[in-house]
Amino acid sequence: MNRSVFHLTLPVLFGYLPLGMAFGVLFSTQLDYAWWIAPLMGVVIYAGAGQILAVSLLAAHAGLLEVFVAMLVLNARHLFYGLSLLRQFHGAGWRKPYLIFGLTDETYSLLTSRPRGPDRAHEQEIDFRITAFNQGYWVIGCALGALLGKNVAFDSTGIEFALISLFIVLTIEQLKALGQSFPIWLGAGAAAIAVMILPPAHQLIGAIAIVTAVLLLQYAKTRDTENFEGQEHG
Amino acid sequence: MADEIYLAGFVALAALATFATRVIPFLFLQGHTDHPLIKHLGRYLPAAVMALLAAIFLQRSADWSTTVPGVDALIPGLLVVGVHLWRRNALLSIALGTASYMVIQQTGWLGG
Repeated sequence: MNRSVFHLTLPVLFGYLPLGMAFGVLFSTQLDYAWWIAPLMGVVIYAGAGQILAVSLLAAHAGLLEVFVAMLVLNARHLFYGLSLLRQFHGAGWRKPYLIFGLTDETYSLLTSRPRGPDRAHEQEIDFRITAFNQGYWVIGCALGALLGKNVAFDSTGIEFALISLFIVLTIEQLKALGQSFPIWLGAGAAAIAVMILPPAHQLIGAIAIVTAVLLLQYAKTRDTENFEGQEHG
Repeated sequence: MADEIYLAGFVALAALATFATRVIPFLFLQGHTDHPLIKHLGRYLPAAVMALLAAIFLQRSADWSTTVPGVDALIPGLLVVGVHLWRRNALLSIALGTASYMVIQQTGWLGG
């Protein structure tokens, strides 16, 4: 079974090793902590964009409330993954907490796209191993990158642009999946307002608050025009 | 010592927040998957958040006191957009964007 799981997860291996290494290099060149903190974050946090953002937040010594809110909102898309897996994970027993913990973008796409047999327990065992293999690749990548960054001397000035590149790539992917550009302008506009009126430490939370408020207002407005009982849900 | 406590708190909170986003549907949303508010946020929030993160951090990585303000970060940023629209290979886009930014910063080219 491990052989077929390995084959199935091979594309994730090729994605996670380099991205995990990018995080590890970023971590050990930007910060002054022990190298093994990087793979440890891969074990307990296990979120690609989240961990790379964490390096910036650690470097800026961000307040813990801001860290919590930023991580929550950055990973908010995971909320919507779980919704489509409620049935698939039903009755998974002791495996269920780990299946939920390990629900990254890549694991989600593998678990929802692979063919499934009628034996539920067997399929959940395969889901479990896919999740564990993927996290294994990620943690190895984090460790290799951190060791590389600590031991190979090179001028790493500017390497933090990897974070911005990643966010730009993810924005384009969201745009392509959605086919609508209005949320992109909303996000960019909210960022511009926050940058102009708030000190750096509060810009992230401020922009997130603006985006959420506009989306809620827009929701309330479309509900009102669709039926007049909309106010009852306010 | 204070720094180790900060790091431990940071990692714990980041882990908690990430796990929360993954476990909340299983705890509270069983049976609410069709609620229109959840669908509305699910459709638009992720894209808006990615765009705001890209914008805020792009602004912070740029030097706004040069002849053409921000050009040292805007060029690598546009390169990422162009390469990604062209090849749609995430690692290639990230590698080229980061490398070009590093070259611009380290050589002081573009009047840094």
